[in-house]
Amino acid sequence: MNRFIKIVGIAGLLAMASCSKEITQRNQNFAALNPDKTDTSAGSWRPVLLSSATEFGCDNPIAVTSPDYKLELLEIKSRQANMSDEDEALLKYWSAGTVLRWNEILRELVAKYNLPPYQNPDGTYPIPSAANPLAYPYFPFANPPYAARAYAYVSAAQYDALLAAYHYKGFYRRSRPAVVDNTIKELVPVVKDYAYPSEEAVVAGAAFAMMSLLFPGEQDYLQDKLNECLNTRILAGANVRSELDAGVSLGKAVASKFIQRARNDRAGKAIGTPADWAKLENGAIARGETPWISQESPKRPPMLPLFGKTLGFLMDTTEVINNRPPAPPSTGSAEFAKELDEVLWYSQNATRDQMRIVHFWGDGAGTYTPPGHWNAIACEDFVNMRFSEVRWARNLALLNMAMFDAAICCWDAKYAYFNPRPSQVNNKIKTLTGLPNFPAYTSGHSTFSGAAATILGHVNPGRAADYMSMADEASKSRLYGALHYRSDIEVGMQMGKMVGSKAVDRAKTDGAE
Amino acid sequence: MRIIAALTMFYMCFSLSAQTESDALFMAKKNLCGGFVYGNTTWDHYWEGTFYRDNANIGTFKSNSVMAMTNYGISNSLNLIASAAWVDNRVTAGTLIGQKGIQDLNLFLKKELWAKEIKGFNGSLVAVGGVSTPLSNYVADYLPLSIGMRSKTASLRLLADVQKGHWYGTASAMYTRRNNVTIDRNAYYTTEMVYSNEVFIPDMISYNLRLGWRDGADKYFELLADRMNTLGGFDMRKNDMPFLSNDMESLRVGVNLKYPVPRLSGMSVMLTGMHTLTGRNMGKAKSLMAGVVYQVEFKNGAKK
Repeated sequence: MNRFIKIVGIAGLLAMASCSKEITQRNQNFAALNPDKTDTSAGSWRPVLLSSATEFGCDNPIAVTSPDYKLELLEIKSRQANMSDEDEALLKYWSAGTVLRWNEILRELVAKYNLPPYQNPDGTYPIPSAANPLAYPYFPFANPPYAARAYAYVSAAQYDALLAAYHYKGFYRRSRPAVVDNTIKELVPVVKDYAYPSEEAVVAGAAFAMMSLLFPGEQDYLQDKLNECLNTRILAGANVRSELDAGVSLGKAVASKFIQRARNDRAGKAIGTPADWAKLENGAIARGETPWISQESPKRPPMLPLFGKTLGFLMDTTEVINNRPPAPPSTGSAEFAKELDEVLWYSQNATRDQMRIVHFWGDGAGTYTPPGHWNAIACEDFVNMRFSEVRWARNLALLNMAMFDAAICCWDAKYAYFNPRPSQVNNKIKTLTGLPNFPAYTSGHSTFSGAAATILGHVNPGRAADYMSMADEASKSRLYGALHYRSDIEVGMQMGKMVGSKAVDRAKTDGAE
Repeated sequence: MRIIAALTMFYMCFSLSAQTESDALFMAKKNLCGGFVYGNTTWDHYWEGTFYRDNANIGTFKSNSVMAMTNYGISNSLNLIASAAWVDNRVTAGTLIGQKGIQDLNLFLKKELWAKEIKGFNGSLVAVGGVSTPLSNYVADYLPLSIGMRSKTASLRLLADVQKGHWYGTASAMYTRRNNVTIDRNAYYTTEMVYSNEVFIPDMISYNLRLGWRDGADKYFELLADRMNTLGGFDMRKNDMPFLSNDMESLRVGVNLKYPVPRLSGMSVMLTGMHTLTGRNMGKAKSLMAGVVYQVEFKNGAKK
């Protein structure tokens, strides 16, 4: 063998063996949650739906002197004495925060279910059915409006459930296991307040119940996550079993009120009927406008055309209509032609950096959607801010209620005007990422981002300018990508900020500041 | 020597790869050849996982490429091969914009390990080591339209060749180590959420078999089959877009010929046609390649 072969062989082997292909994810090494404030007064904060923190009861805990309680302490000791590597990994994972991890689980389910159904042989599309979620097309199609609503309901239910939990913690004043029995070791930072009911279990119970409604095909998976979450509290020496049971019950009870509301918030009818779809198209024609037409083939019915009528958390339907932006430039106007030309220019001249921006903020089919992206941004900042669980829940509830209402306002405008996408009007316009199947005005990305940046800037003022410039980039990405006209993104951004300010108003008066 | 055929694997977005790296023929010492190959690959059906479908939002996928290649004889049994391609990918339906640009640089060192004549059979064993790296900042995370995967790769091919008279057979196997790539997103879903801009790219194995007739290195006709599969990866979900870390597989058959241009010493033309029989998370592609190569011999710095 000559020298060359040796060089090639050795170089090749080195290249093949040199680096591991394991990927370290940003959320893998989050530190254990160790709040700098306990927020013990959260029981008096303003709930979203509950009439008060005591609307749902929470039974008396068993006495710490009782034989049953002693048995529960034994469970902690035995689990801690027999801890496996897997237990340790789960302990580390869940110690980063219960609200955080359930938010991540939700984002994952959104991404998993965010795919438009494949067509029937006759060119129509099947509609996912909540009654039969495991048969194709799987229920739900977790598109952006569906996702925005899901994030809001799960976050808000967790928040209200925690207000109730904080009330009962202060009411029963049950000591932590490690205080009752000083041989119990706390393996993660445990808040120095009361242990009954377990706030982590309350979060998990509320999330489990809410997500079982929203993703009915995932109940086994969610049950596994619930058990995992609860078990780590035992392993951590932070709660005994009855504190967890009470927490799950309370969380589920509070969630039931949200479930009741979700069943009646009109989102279930948002898909509309063929008659509704025709009415939208005919309405635009009657106004002398070019109506939106699906650019998918076969033509897909518009995404959730009646979602604008859904009942949000921050604004009622009248407020949504009163805040509807003025009409976009008429499709026959010179202004429209000018905006169309600008889209064509970006379609043909986007720089590599603009392409990066389009893809970074794309958040299209198969992803956690723009609201999911903003949840990820928020959570990655919150992990450094040492919030209590209840403040985590409160801030995510504010964020997600803002984005839910932003989705409602945006969808209201989209279907009030039913205007065409740039690529429909000029077939020379090609898009740099997937074209959403709904009208252009206003841009959903811009509306979500304006709302998110406004409320996030309020809860984390040090980053307010950063959030706004991220929102601006997210918004512009839709023009660079040739998906939206300039007026879609500018008006969308304003509308998002308007909705975000409603969340800020709520934040100022919810008792948490 | 002989050349090239854009492998146009997968959706089309893999490195175009000189076929010279997968045969047993060598350039003589101090001989240099260079050429250009035009490639055209199309598909209008693809495998979404194992589900075979078309997509009216894509219509027909079309890839056109021009590859420049060169092969230099360091010695009679050691060749250095280099290639790079300009690629243009587009679809005929839907709104997605096409992509074009310079793709990857491929380098191969090819070494004859052993050669012997036994009872009228000429046998040889060849090893080929390769590396590839992107030559431009193209977008990888936009399949099927991206012009490549941006993965830096290292490959090793072992090849056996037997010839009797003009008839021959060549079999080879190649392992490709493919590095992870970074994309413009910082989170994505595969079978779970991944919070990173880094994407795991599974390694790849391919097998190649050729049977044919040849007269020297410039005149041949052969039938070929190749099979490739990634070692890992996941299936596209129903109605999802393809992704870099999909499980990609294909079995293709084709023909390949090279013929010297009469009265133009050193000039040859080549033609290759490939047809995909089965696949997974890939297009059912048809490829045609046509090229011209020119060979020069340097002796004491002068052309022969």
